[in-house]
Amino acid sequence: MLLALLLIPFLTGLAALVVRPPGLRRALLPAAAAAHSAVCAAAWFHPPAPAGHGWLALDAPGQLFLSLSSGLFLAAACYAVGYLRRETQAATPPEDGLGFEPVPEAIFIGSLLWLLAAMTLVAVSQHFGLLWAAIGATSLAGAPLICFRGCRRSWEATWKYLLVCAVGIALALLGNFFLAVASAGAGAPARSLLLPELLAGAAGLNPVWLKAAFLLLLVGYGARMGLAPMHTWLPDACSEAPSVIFALLSGAVLNGAFLGILRIQQVCGAAGLGGFGRELLVLFGLLSIVVAAICIPGQADYKRLLAYSSVEHMGILALGVGLGGGAGYGAFLHTVSHSLAKAMLFLVAGHILFLCQTQLAAQVRGVRRLDPVAGWLWIAGFFAITGSPPFGLFVSELVILQAAIAQHRWVVVGVYLGGLALIFRGMAGVMLNMAQGEPDPRHARKDRTACLLANAPPLVLGALVLVLGLYLPPGLKEVIREAARLLGGT
Amino acid sequence: MLAELLLHPVLVLLVLTNLKLLGSSQPGSCIRATRWQGCLLGLLPFLAHSEDLTWRLAAAGLGTLALKGFVLPSLLSRALRDADTTREVETPAGYIWPLLAAMGAWGLAFWLGEQLPLAHAPSNLLVPAAFFAILSGLFLIAGQKPAVSQVLGFLVLENGVFTFGIGAVPETPVVVELGVLLDLFVAVLVMGIARFHIHGESGRREPDPWPGLKD
Repeated sequence: MLLALLLIPFLTGLAALVVRPPGLRRALLPAAAAAHSAVCAAAWFHPPAPAGHGWLALDAPGQLFLSLSSGLFLAAACYAVGYLRRETQAATPPEDGLGFEPVPEAIFIGSLLWLLAAMTLVAVSQHFGLLWAAIGATSLAGAPLICFRGCRRSWEATWKYLLVCAVGIALALLGNFFLAVASAGAGAPARSLLLPELLAGAAGLNPVWLKAAFLLLLVGYGARMGLAPMHTWLPDACSEAPSVIFALLSGAVLNGAFLGILRIQQVCGAAGLGGFGRELLVLFGLLSIVVAAICIPGQADYKRLLAYSSVEHMGILALGVGLGGGAGYGAFLHTVSHSLAKAMLFLVAGHILFLCQTQLAAQVRGVRRLDPVAGWLWIAGFFAITGSPPFGLFVSELVILQAAIAQHRWVVVGVYLGGLALIFRGMAGVMLNMAQGEPDPRHARKDRTACLLANAPPLVLGALVLVLGLYLPPGLKEVIREAARLLGGT
Repeated sequence: MLAELLLHPVLVLLVLTNLKLLGSSQPGSCIRATRWQGCLLGLLPFLAHSEDLTWRLAAAGLGTLALKGFVLPSLLSRALRDADTTREVETPAGYIWPLLAAMGAWGLAFWLGEQLPLAHAPSNLLVPAAFFAILSGLFLIAGQKPAVSQVLGFLVLENGVFTFGIGAVPETPVVVELGVLLDLFVAVLVMGIARFHIHGESGRREPDPWPGLKD
């Protein structure tokens, strides 16, 4: 089953390169996504056996992240079919005349499917080296997707993305080397980097090397995850990439890097160094919230606004795991809610861009009049992403706050609440103004067919975020609880 | 015995190539330095593990020699020719600061080497040399705007990581070989310079009205 999960997107990605008819090639996307989601859903009822000598296995955190990736990919794939059709119809020559060309559609679709394969590998990896390679592969697969539009700015954003991620990945590899040294002990040969073996022998790990390994993996994967101050690629890449791509990157790929950090925190916890890792996570988490709170107010580009919101939420995840206890449960719940809400918002943002032809928030007015469904989704998305009731993020943010108060971490409580308040105010100023008022006839265009295709996936995602705030299915609750327990939470 | 004797000078030469990279403003000269660095790295597995050399380590050494000593520097040279950016690189950090930073980095590398003692290291210079390369790479990436310097910086950073890996954890399966993925990043970045003439001057940009904007 695990191999099927990996092979479905990988082989379909290869097929996308050779299939010629555009319609058939585009149909590969939802077909592969549906097959992947079906196998993924089956894994909830029949847990798959480990494969590859234990290198591949599905534990609770992996199952959670895999399901999110698979579900979001299905939504993004459905949206992408309409998006690609629109792009072909509106094809224009490169605007800068400097020889930049859009990425061919076959490569775009192939990369998208390989991204899913890499995300799957991240979720099922039980070996630190394999996990590292999988996270590196998500970075490489994401590059052609970000520069899809083929203008100079998108290439430069891709360059920045690749460079920052490459440095992060290189530092994470050094962290893996340090982990291997830590596992060797005095004079003994190096053990494997298999997670179960490391956990079983955690008491014998060299604490100095383990701490250094944690630090490097945190910085390395933190760069990929978008934790401040390594987040710099995120806003640029986000403003240049197609929204459907950032729905995936922000909703699922960033989570993969977070999983890498969770794995090493798991080892640190087993080695009795959980406190060391947790304090660092709290620090990076708060820093990310503060950076987002500073950058969001006054942000003129609504896609960049959403990117900074991702920085904020990655910070909340790190903070939740860092606080431990009940906050660990809150962090996993937050992962699910944030992924769904952010993917929904990016898809709606892409549709607004199509309708209004600008990324400048100040020039977008009256989305509710242009397309009532998109307008209401945008408003609902604003309330969901800022942690307002009755959406899922309200519950998870409240659980994290409760844990901070229970631990008497008053500075953390102050920064957390202050940051959330500033972000709410900053986002409200931009997003609510976009939805209301009269649309500018110079920019606005109406296309009912496009509206129908573009609104369906975010509508489903939005409904799920709402449901998560009101009712948590017992199966999901159990997996979240198990994932938190593995990290020493409750 | 001879291998052990040669290991120390090879590590010293690695450090010197990093100094050359930090102090030079000519892209061609910098690429030659990374070529030398790649060749020296290819020798490392043979010198550091001469007594317990396995086929795996020998292959890693030869692969490194070919990839880092010849393929990647040649690709970079060609990319520079195609992009017509072979002229002297303007370094925002000037020429004195990189060398002062190099001295600081060397001190920091030694300090880190002392803080992270490695049992059974093939040479006591291994860890400081690796850290020095990593810090030099980071300085090149962060301190210099031109894209070519950033790629060179990443190559140097990667060489530092490889130095540590091949010297300290040669027996851990697969992990050292996975480092090839980093070379893939280098290749993609080089392709960016060659094909799209990226000069790496993009900073944080403010959004502007963009008529050709698509989504």
